[in-house]
Amino acid sequence: MFRNFDIKSLMPIIVLIVLVVFFTAINPNFFSLRNFARIAIAASPFLMVAIGVTFIIVMGSIDLSMEGTVSLSAVIFCFAFLYFGGTLASGGWIALFAAMCFGMFYGALNGFIHAKLLIPSFMSSLAMGFVGIGATVLLTGGGIVRIDDDVFRMLLTYRVQGFPLMVYVAAFFLIAGLLIQKKTILGRNLYAIGGAEDLASASGVPVLKTRIMAFALAGFYYSLAGILQVAKLGQAESVTGANLMFLSITAAVVGGVALWGAIGGVFNALIGVLIVTVINNGMVVIGLPDYIQDGVLGALVIVAVILSTNRSTVKFVK
Amino acid sequence: MLEFQNVSKEFGPVKALANINFKVAKGEIVGLVGENGAGKSTLMKIIFGAYQADSGIILIDGRKTRFSSPRDAMSKGIGMVFQEQSLIGNLSIMENLFLGREREFQKCGLIDFKKMAEASRYQLAKVGLDIDPYMETARLSFSQRQLIELAKVLALEERSSGDLVILLDEPTSVLSEDEVTLLFELVNNLRERAAFIFVSHRLDEVIRLSDRIYVLKDGELVDEVAREKAVASHIQSKMVGREIDTEYYKQDDRLPFAPSPPLLSVQNASVRGRFEKISLDLHAGEVLCLVGTEGSGREAVLRAVFGMHKIDNGRIVYFGNEFLKIRSPNAAVENDVGYMPRERKIEGIFASMNVAENITSCQLPAYARYGLLNKAMELGLADEWIKRLSVKTPSARTDCNRLSGGNQQKVVLAKWRSTGSKIIMLDHPTRGLDIGAKEDVYSMIREMSSAGIGLLLIPDTFEEAIGLGHNIVVIKDGRTVERFDCLKQKVTPFDLVSAMT
Repeated sequence: MFRNFDIKSLMPIIVLIVLVVFFTAINPNFFSLRNFARIAIAASPFLMVAIGVTFIIVMGSIDLSMEGTVSLSAVIFCFAFLYFGGTLASGGWIALFAAMCFGMFYGALNGFIHAKLLIPSFMSSLAMGFVGIGATVLLTGGGIVRIDDDVFRMLLTYRVQGFPLMVYVAAFFLIAGLLIQKKTILGRNLYAIGGAEDLASASGVPVLKTRIMAFALAGFYYSLAGILQVAKLGQAESVTGANLMFLSITAAVVGGVALWGAIGGVFNALIGVLIVTVINNGMVVIGLPDYIQDGVLGALVIVAVILSTNRSTVKFVK
Repeated sequence: MLEFQNVSKEFGPVKALANINFKVAKGEIVGLVGENGAGKSTLMKIIFGAYQADSGIILIDGRKTRFSSPRDAMSKGIGMVFQEQSLIGNLSIMENLFLGREREFQKCGLIDFKKMAEASRYQLAKVGLDIDPYMETARLSFSQRQLIELAKVLALEERSSGDLVILLDEPTSVLSEDEVTLLFELVNNLRERAAFIFVSHRLDEVIRLSDRIYVLKDGELVDEVAREKAVASHIQSKMVGREIDTEYYKQDDRLPFAPSPPLLSVQNASVRGRFEKISLDLHAGEVLCLVGTEGSGREAVLRAVFGMHKIDNGRIVYFGNEFLKIRSPNAAVENDVGYMPRERKIEGIFASMNVAENITSCQLPAYARYGLLNKAMELGLADEWIKRLSVKTPSARTDCNRLSGGNQQKVVLAKWRSTGSKIIMLDHPTRGLDIGAKEDVYSMIREMSSAGIGLLLIPDTFEEAIGLGHNIVVIKDGRTVERFDCLKQKVTPFDLVSAMT
């Protein structure tokens, strides 16, 4: 039961608990179902992005295309939704699949450019992110696309046990992510490549194919984030995915995913997302002025990384 | 000026060096020879301060001292010219020469490159190089870089207290014949500035350059020969040393393999820059050993068979099927070819994965239903092989980095055995293992052989080659120089050394 037990691996959870206690002590309203629902709503799209990028980080690469992919799939979803009648019942559900397929395709393209054309993932994915945002601006003409379908908006408005439906959707894909990580060949191979790429290749792991599949998987999760963002806000535009790059990578690292690969996973991403969202939400609840929140978030993130990650075996940082 | 008295060093149960008595005087060039794994590099690392001796005394000019780090050794006048060259390619010659010493050329926080270039020219003149110190070292030839390494070491002269002791680790391995002659002339001319310790596996060169030669065997200095008396054959027999113990290699279990068409046939294959026109056949049940010095191209042969190197000429036929081409490790694994690389820690085992995950790492699709891995099946397979190979592990879920080297090796073997590999290639499977673990590996090799697996083996020692192999192929500078049939003739380590060097 306590095999390989390491207190360090529990640190992210402890940090999360400490944060909850801290904010509750300052304002007891923090610890309420109402507020937890708020946190869960904010965390849902964000979690999808963090899970996506975690797959890539575990493989030892990095993906910075999330802001572009989220915005573009959100906009494509909206356009498709309107094209198919503007309501879920009229055929808007096709738009869901269209957006997911697009995310997967865009991720695969991203992975192909990185792995096949041998461009560092940092560069290729950053560029693909910009292409995505550019395409969004082009499609929307710089404007906003709105969706006004009560059935689709039930994702936000209809609540079960106090939490809106979109939280359950996110939870479903969280479990799917865990399953992919722990129980599929793709998941296992990601850890093999992140741990020792040469060895993985010498063991017959199809490295190129795995890399492209991982980016496609990440793109799929980004498109889910795009759809949930639309559910949350009722609209899509070129800034739908804004800020998600810093937040999602931060969340993965705070949660205990190692940037050099093979350590951590989907569960760590969840804890990291909760830590970052709790900090964000807590600052509002305790009444911190709007204009200093970004600065405080940055500072707290550094503190959280120091507390929650095991850096004793790291020889150098790049 | 540098003297070792009874110096010993152990790595866990393995005695790397035992009671070494060694000295080198000013103006002297001392050779150090020994077969792979005899302890040469351990001894060098102790001299250079990278390792600390467990016991014994180190004296410099008669005073007791110790080297706590390479930096400390350098300040006491020990310099090392590395085999793997240690220059930083994207920095200029002078930046390399004075790396870590830029402060000496600092003026108001800026580096005075003119002054540095001047100082560099002075250092380069010591090794007879007239070359622009602003040039990037990546643009230089191997021999020029070697000389710059030497100049870098000689630059210690002005900084260390006493005279210099310079270690030359395989300095000639990348040089042409003319360049070797030049280097030797230079070293001879530098005699009055320093004492040299020359380590090389090219015996003729050691005899040519050294005043005295120390012979290392299994971590002990077994002989000290003056140049006048140095005869290659005598030194070779000392390097090889003791008689082999047949029991130890389970030689009696070496059954002749049944005649059959070869599983693997390498025909006149070449990989540019690594090996040329190598031919060999491997049959079911055969253990074929490739013997040669470091860098002779043995590893490259295995990698070519495994699809990691592209063949420029000739061909490799697998299982008698001329149409089967293996161009990637992935294809090799799919066609039942397994490869256990030499660096177990880097290339052999996924340290952060557990035993079961390591064993199935090359056959995941067989353990998946509808895309999901069947962990029960995976653990079942792992448990079976843990039992069959008696791997000492708390459980199949234990992380591999918590296992001993021998048991890690068993896990790697289990990985290839359990996939049903028909050709298994092992590169130094016993390197770094203690005697007991080595014997386990020998038994496994025997058992695989009798199960009809073809084994291509790069052994750690000559005794292993002779004790385990049915056939031995000696490779020198990328070419086959000799073949031995161990069932028909009695091969001695001496035969192998003579063919190799």
